[in-house]
Amino acid sequence: MSRRPAKPPTSAMGVFRESPKGGPPTYGYRIPGSDVSGLKGSLIVIEGSDGSGRTTECELLKDYLEVQGHAVLETGLRRSNLVSKQIDRAKQGNVLGATTLALIYAADFADQLENKIIPALSAGFVVLADRYIFTLMARAIVRGATREWASELYGFALRPRLTIFLDTRPEILMHRTFRTYKSLDFWESGMDIGLSRDRFESFFRYQALIKAEFDWMAKEYGFVQINGNRRPEEVHRDVRECVDRITGRTHLESFR
Amino acid sequence: MITLDSSQRPREAGGPGRHIYPGKLVVFEGLDGSGKSTQAQLLLKYLSSRGYHVFFTEWNSSDLTSEIIRRGKRKNLLTPTTFSLLHATDFADRFERNILPPLRAGYLVICDRYIYTAYARDVARGCDPDWVRNLYSFAVQPDRTFYFRVPVETARRRKDVSRLKIKHYEAGMDLGLAKDVGESYVRFQGMLKRQYDLLAKSEGFHTIDAEQSIESLQKTVRGAIRPMLEGFPKEKVLIHES
Repeated sequence: MSRRPAKPPTSAMGVFRESPKGGPPTYGYRIPGSDVSGLKGSLIVIEGSDGSGRTTECELLKDYLEVQGHAVLETGLRRSNLVSKQIDRAKQGNVLGATTLALIYAADFADQLENKIIPALSAGFVVLADRYIFTLMARAIVRGATREWASELYGFALRPRLTIFLDTRPEILMHRTFRTYKSLDFWESGMDIGLSRDRFESFFRYQALIKAEFDWMAKEYGFVQINGNRRPEEVHRDVRECVDRITGRTHLESFR
Repeated sequence: MITLDSSQRPREAGGPGRHIYPGKLVVFEGLDGSGKSTQAQLLLKYLSSRGYHVFFTEWNSSDLTSEIIRRGKRKNLLTPTTFSLLHATDFADRFERNILPPLRAGYLVICDRYIYTAYARDVARGCDPDWVRNLYSFAVQPDRTFYFRVPVETARRRKDVSRLKIKHYEAGMDLGLAKDVGESYVRFQGMLKRQYDLLAKSEGFHTIDAEQSIESLQKTVRGAIRPMLEGFPKEKVLIHES
C-alpha cells in the first residue's frame, strides 16, 4: 500500500511530469481493482470557470488532435451514469451540506475515472477532460473544506499529462456568461454560500475565491496558465503549442 | 469572508477530533449478526423511557444515496473507490443533518454503525487506510463506541436463523475471494473482524463479548451508559417544562 508524498511533486512546466519512482501514476493513492500501470494514452485537462472558453477550446483541440490521427475521448464533470441524476436533483433543491456535496462529486468523478477515463487511456486514446478534479477541489475549498482534505480526497486521481488553466478576467467571464445564458448562474455565482444576496456582487466575490484556489493549485500541481481574455483562435494557438510539446507531433509524421 | 463550517474545525492528524458539544454520541459497531442493532434499539427504548430525547441514525440510510447505492449494488457497478465514496456521501449527509445539529443542541445521538464500519470495510476492499481516514476526518469522535465482538461462525449462524439471504457485497463477492457465496462471506467477515479488532485498540472501543444473552448484553450497555447520564438534561429540562 503506497503512501502519498507530503506534496505532489511538480516540475517547472507542469508537463512531462512523471509519477514518483515506483509509485502509482496518481496523486499518491492506488485505485483498488484498477491496473493503471502502463496506460498508453495521454490525459489532457482544460480547466477554467464558465465563460473562460474552456468548452470551445476543448472542441478545437479535439478536432486538431483527430486531424493528426489521435483518437480522442471527451469527458467532463457530472456525466457519470451512477450519480449524475441525483446530483442534478440535489442541486435543484439546494439541500445538501458542503461536505456531502463534495463527496457525491468525488463519487461521480471516481466512477468516470474508472469506467471511462482509464479504459480509454488503456486503449490508447487521448482523453480530453473539460474540467477535472481541480474545479471540484476549488469548489469544496471555498465552501469550507481544507486544502489538505480536498487534495487527499482526490489522491486517487490520475495525474494529467498536461493541465491547462484558462486564466480569464471576471468581467470577461461575466459578459460571456450573459451572452450565452442571459443570466448569472446560481452556483457559478456561489449563491449557496451566502457571500451576498445580490447575485452580481456574489458572482465577483465567488470568482475571486475560486481564482485564489486555482492560483494555489497552479503552483502545487503544475498547471500551464494561458491567457483566456482573447479570441478563441488566439487561445487555441497557445493550447496547440502546449499540446504539441507533449505529443511531439510524432504521430503526424508517422501518418505521412 | 467565509465562516468555516463547524465540522471543519481543527482536528487531530489521521482522523476526527474530539467534540466540544453539549450532546453525547454513542456508537454501536460490529459484524452483521453481532446483535448490535438489537442492542441499540433496546438502549433507545430505555433512554426514552427515562425521559431523554434521543436521536438515532443508521448506516446507509439517507434518501440521497440509498437509491444510487441500491442500483449500483444490484447491477454490480460499484468499485471499492465508488463504494467507499458513496457510503461517505451517505454518512456526510446524515452527519450534517442528523448527527451534528442534535449534538450541538445537547441531545443524545445513537448511531448504528459509524465511520469505523467504513474503516473496516473499505480497507478490507483495498482502499488505503490513510485515504479513508482523511475522507471521514470531518466527523467527530464518539463519546462511547460499543464493539460487539463475535466469532464469524456465530454471526453467520444468527444470519442463517434470520433467513436473510446473503447479498453480493455483504459477502465481499466483488473481491473474488471465493466462488461460493457462503465461503466468500465467511472469509470477508473474517477480514472485517480483524479490522475491527485492530480498531478496538487504536480507537479505544468498549469491546463487549457478544456471545452472551441479549438481556445480559443490554445490562452491560446500560451500565456503561449510566455514568454518562449524570447531570445530563432530560427533555423536559431542555424545553423548560420541569
